Amino acid sequence: MMSQEKLREIKENARPLLDERLKVEDKTEVRDGNIVLKGDYYKKQVRIALRNCEIILPESIEEYIALDGYSALGKMLFEMTPEDVVNTMIESNLRGRGGAGFPAGRKWLEAFKYDADQKYIICNADEGDPGAYMDRSILEGDPHSVLEGMAIAGYAIGANQGFIYVRAEYPLAVKRLQAAIKQAKEYGVLGNNIFGTDFSFDIELRLGAGAFVCGEGTALMESIEGKRGMPRVKIHRTAHRGLWQKPTVINNVETLANIPVIFQRGAKWFRGIGTEKSPGTKVFALVGKVKESGLVEVPMGTSLREIVFDIGGGVADGKAAKAVQTGGPSGGCIPVELFDTPVDFESLAKIGSIMGSGGMVVMDETDCMVDIARFFLEFSVDESCGKCVPCREGTKRMLELLEKITGGNGEEEDIARMESLAVTISTGSLCGLGQTAPNPVTSTLHYFRDEYEAHIRDKTCPAGHCQALLEYYITEDCIGCTKCARSCPVSCISGKVKERHVIDTDACIKCGNCMEVCPVGAVILR
Amino acid sequence: MVKLTINGIDYEVERDKTVLQVCNDIGIDIPTLCHDERLEPYAACRMCLVEIEGAKNLQTSCSTKVREGMVVHTHNDKVMDARRDVLDLLLSNHPIDCLTCEKSGQCKLQDYAYEYGVREGTYVGEMRNKPIDDSNHFYTYDPDKCILCGLCVRVCDELQNTNAIGFEDRGFGTIVATPFDQGLGNSACVSCGNCVSVCPVGALMPKYDTKFRLWETKKVRTTCSYCGVGCQMDLLVKGDKVVGVEPAFDTFNNGLLCVKGKFGYKFINHGDRLKTPLIKKDGEFVEASWDEAYKLIISKIEDTKAKYGADALAGLSSARCTNEENYMFQKFMRAAIGTNNVDHCARL
Ligand SMILES: Cc1cc2nc3c(=O)[nH]c(=O)nc-3n(C[C@H](O)[C@H](O)[C@H](O)COP(=O)(O)O)c2cc1C
Ligand code: SF4
Ligand code: SF4
Repeated sequence: MMSQEKLREIKENARPLLDERLKVEDKTEVRDGNIVLKGDYYKKQVRIALRNCEIILPESIEEYIALDGYSALGKMLFEMTPEDVVNTMIESNLRGRGGAGFPAGRKWLEAFKYDADQKYIICNADEGDPGAYMDRSILEGDPHSVLEGMAIAGYAIGANQGFIYVRAEYPLAVKRLQAAIKQAKEYGVLGNNIFGTDFSFDIELRLGAGAFVCGEGTALMESIEGKRGMPRVKIHRTAHRGLWQKPTVINNVETLANIPVIFQRGAKWFRGIGTEKSPGTKVFALVGKVKESGLVEVPMGTSLREIVFDIGGGVADGKAAKAVQTGGPSGGCIPVELFDTPVDFESLAKIGSIMGSGGMVVMDETDCMVDIARFFLEFSVDESCGKCVPCREGTKRMLELLEKITGGNGEEEDIARMESLAVTISTGSLCGLGQTAPNPVTSTLHYFRDEYEAHIRDKTCPAGHCQALLEYYITEDCIGCTKCARSCPVSCISGKVKERHVIDTDACIKCGNCMEVCPVGAVILR
Repeated sequence: MVKLTINGIDYEVERDKTVLQVCNDIGIDIPTLCHDERLEPYAACRMCLVEIEGAKNLQTSCSTKVREGMVVHTHNDKVMDARRDVLDLLLSNHPIDCLTCEKSGQCKLQDYAYEYGVREGTYVGEMRNKPIDDSNHFYTYDPDKCILCGLCVRVCDELQNTNAIGFEDRGFGTIVATPFDQGLGNSACVSCGNCVSVCPVGALMPKYDTKFRLWETKKVRTTCSYCGVGCQMDLLVKGDKVVGVEPAFDTFNNGLLCVKGKFGYKFINHGDRLKTPLIKKDGEFVEASWDEAYKLIISKIEDTKAKYGADALAGLSSARCTNEENYMFQKFMRAAIGTNNVDHCARL
């Protein structure tokens, strides 16, 4: 049976071994008493949720314990009442990292107060945003931090059963979680009578089949209950009647990974990081046209500029930054002029985007914002569950309008059409997917309206991206070799030998032959 | 009780009701396509959206409980625009063939399109294009007309407990289907028709053998004659012909029937149906009056009883009689005839 003393003993034995291994590997250093990863990329980061990732061996519960793992759980079982635990969470003001930013402590309080014979904790590990892999990294790199967070939540609200809803496309995460649960039970930090107390808490995995909407809390519960993963109407709060109509707390992986540290170091310490309304850090998956892509964990309130330029090294290939999309497919595009915006829940919402789960896609001058909007909307159209009309039918119609515009057939009234449709979809849809699906369109319409207008009025794509709107053009580099004219299947290129040739763009079928055969690269798309 | 304001007027209403229920009570008409009081709220059609002051988005009144101090707008511009756009979206993916559609006149989509002035779907693009399933004996399913309100799926699951149909695929491709798309004729469907009775549009239609418009018919309330349960139903009568059956919602069977009650009405106007008793004369059945028939029965019973005793007689009654009728029948056999030889085809 596990005891606090035994935990200390394991820690004391494991720590020197860990230190030794790290010394040999030489990829870490000690900063402010914490073991951190070396290198410029990590210097500006503050890693709380990712504190152990790439440092400890994920299969080893001893290494997790060596870095104070399970000490928070052990201590609270003896020194804190469930109510104290809930109060500490409220005081920390840890806000959900799964997207909505709802204070975890408030959810816990509701579930704590609600009397029931059975309560549940669910870890949302469905991570469906394209390009996002924050949760995956935590599950694969530090599974015990999530298990400990869940057990703490269970103790706080009086739940003895937890479920981790993890997508089946994360086989390694599943394997590591299974191994971690087994180990934790063997060590007596999960299962029956944890630390010899009468608190018992078990965790089971449920594999999601990869529908994005199953990350939405109510759809996730439907899925665990064995039904089709469609969001359900919230007549009751999940904290009162959730999974199988029992009080349930759903927290995201990253939210849960923060919890053990908050109890090790205290709510005050946590509130000292980040901003007043959004304390702590946030992990972002920095991707796109940035020099150094990867996971970035920074204090809330760090500006976009710092993340993209100071940590990510700016835009790759010497191009100019144009915008950054935050919040995944349902987020908004933020133009480079607003890069000094601090990244926290309120500030992002104010400029028409969202924090979301932490996707951050950097775009450069060659990215067409209309096409970017189309790309993200297409994701929502594919992932809509089909239950409610505005999302099922509306997002599809909006996508068709965007395709019409990028295809060069846009009409003046299409913009107004999309704007009014966006209102119907966002105010009239059932769940968060539909309610936020128009964001990429509304934000680009707001900040990059001129690009839409160029597509529609001038039939051009200023970023030179939308194929249907581009024209083949022969520059003055032309040497008059006549190769292009001879290769043109519709004979729309004219010009005398040794003189500059000209393409009749009305007749051109955009086959690209001329560009291919030109020996001096004088044929361009513009 | 809670106090709330709806469209500028203060009301005091029962706690625990939804905004929709309260509006129905006080006579404010809120459109719904997916709502059914017998089922769990579903909130998918979004026609019942209302504005509740303080809420960021419009709220579905079917799933929102009244709260003290709530300020509700059921028909302001914002709400009407949303409903109109929802109808536009539905109609943009719906064949506009009201002229020949059998449901015309009893189609909720048509009614709301009229009420909200939505002449046609204005979004041009892809439309659902699936074959009609007519593999069931009694009804057809036209997926192209389906608006995915889910009433059929939920009635089959929550009330009929057969679970023969469900949703398949997702997003714009979502469709109501049988498992593995095997078709209704190869499914677990028991042909109760309870899904057909709730379909608000013309997607699920009985296989009628008479063309009629609802307004040409009159409804005749009657008791189903197939068994002793006594389900109430309305016969749709055009001229002197029964052309269809609808379950009664305002009584104990609560909108439900079984295959016999819902679809087994065509015998009524069938040419082979017996309308008078037949008596065999010289080896052939001949039409007779009820009086003649009763007289013959009485004389046969009396003869047999006199000759062989009461126990030579036996009575068999039918499950198509009510409990009361069956009770009377056994009483008749025991008290009037004097035998315990009485049985019933559904006694089990
Ligand atoms: C369409 C949709 C998809 C979502 N996907 C996820 C997801 O993959 N992971 C997640 O943690 N939260 C997801 N959420 C948010 C959850 O509904 C829920 O708010 C969250 O899991 C609560 O945990 P938190 O408070 O710790 O953030 C999604 C929400 C919506 C509307
Ligand atoms: S908003 Fe979209 S995903 Fe959400 S319930 Fe409606 S159809 Fe399903
Ligand atoms: S007829 Fe009855 S059993 Fe068949 S699908 Fe409809 S409700 Fe289900």
